[in-house]
Amino acid sequence: MAEVHHHHVHNQDPEAGAEQRKAIWKTFWILLIITSLEFLIAFTVPHGILKITIFIVMTIVKAFYIVGEFMHLKHETKTLIWSILVPVIFVAWLILALMLEGNAIFEAIFG
Amino acid sequence: MAANVTTPGAVEPKMWLGGIEPMKASYGKLMMWFFLISDTFTFSALLVAYGTARFSFPAFTGKHEDFTFSNMYWPVPERVYEAVPFLHGISLPLVFVGIMTFILIASSVTMVLAVEAGHRMDRANVEKYMLWTILGGFTFLGCQAWEWSHFIHGTDSGTVMKVIENGTWIEKTIFGANLTENQYGPPAFADFFFFITGFHGTHVFSGVILNILIFFRAATGFYDKRGSYEMVEKVGLYWHFVDLVWVFVFTFFYLV
Repeated sequence: MAEVHHHHVHNQDPEAGAEQRKAIWKTFWILLIITSLEFLIAFTVPHGILKITIFIVMTIVKAFYIVGEFMHLKHETKTLIWSILVPVIFVAWLILALMLEGNAIFEAIFG
Repeated sequence: MAANVTTPGAVEPKMWLGGIEPMKASYGKLMMWFFLISDTFTFSALLVAYGTARFSFPAFTGKHEDFTFSNMYWPVPERVYEAVPFLHGISLPLVFVGIMTFILIASSVTMVLAVEAGHRMDRANVEKYMLWTILGGFTFLGCQAWEWSHFIHGTDSGTVMKVIENGTWIEKTIFGANLTENQYGPPAFADFFFFITGFHGTHVFSGVILNILIFFRAATGFYDKRGSYEMVEKVGLYWHFVDLVWVFVFTFFYLV
C-alpha cells in the first residue's frame, strides 16, 4: 500500500505528463495537416492510379499515428505490437485478392 | 488494482512466459486490444466487399465535369456528397464530410488528454476532457443524421433512370436512395453507404454511451476510490479505434 501512496504524491506534480501532452498535440497537427493535404489532392490531382496510391499511403500514415501515439501501441512490448499487426497482414491480402476477384467479375460481365 | 502493480521482487516477465501481466498489459487492456482486432475484421469485411463490388461495376469514364448520375456506372463520390447544412443548392464537394472528419479527430485528441490526466489522478481534467469527447461524439452523430437524411431524400430534381419493375423496363424519376432504389448510381452503392457508415455510426453511438459512463464514474469519485483511472484508457482505446475506422471509411468511400 505504501508504494501506491507514493504513486499518488508523485503524480500531483503539475509538470508531470507535460512531455506526453506535447506529443499528443503534435500528433493532432500531423493528422490535421495530412487530412487537409488529402482535400487539396482530391481537387488538384487528376483521377488515376497516382491519386489512389497517394491517398492509400496517407491513410496508412494517419493510421500509424492514431494507433502508435493515441492508442499507445508504439510504446507497448514488441510481442503485443506483433500480435496486433500480424493479423492485419491477412486483411491486406484479402483486400488485394478480392479486388482482383471483382475485376474478374467485371471482365466476365462487361469485358 | 493489484493487477496493475508489478510486485517487487517478482520474477521479471519473459516474452513468452506471461507472468502476472502477459505483454506488460493488464487483463482488461489486452482483452480490449483483442476485441478491437476482431472488430477490425468485421469492418475490413465490409470495406473489402465494397472494393469487390466497385471493381465489378463499370467506372465512369467521361470527363469529370460531364458526370451525371446513372445506374449504368459507379458514381464519383465527391459529386454525391456535396451538400452542406444551411447552404442549399451550393455545390461544396466533400466539405461536410471533411468537417465530420475534423470533429472525430478532435474528439480523439480530447480523449487521449483525458487518459493522460487519468495517469496523474487528475480528476478535474479527466472530467473536463471526457465532456469534450462526449460533445464531439454527439456532434458527429448529429452530422451523420443530417447526411443520411439528405442522402435518403435526394436532390431537388432527382434522376431519371431505367429500372426493372414487375418484370418490365420502365423509365422513372428517382429521388434519393433506399436499399432498392438509388438516384446517385447502382442500388449497391446506397446499400454499402447505409451499411458501412451505419455500422460505424453504431460504434460511435456505443462509444458515446461508454464515455458517459466513464465521465459519471470519474465525477462520482469511483476511480479515485479504486486508485486507478485505467478504465479511461481502455474505453479510450475503443474511441480511438472508432476514429481509426473513420479514417479508412473517409478514404475508401469518399475520396477514392
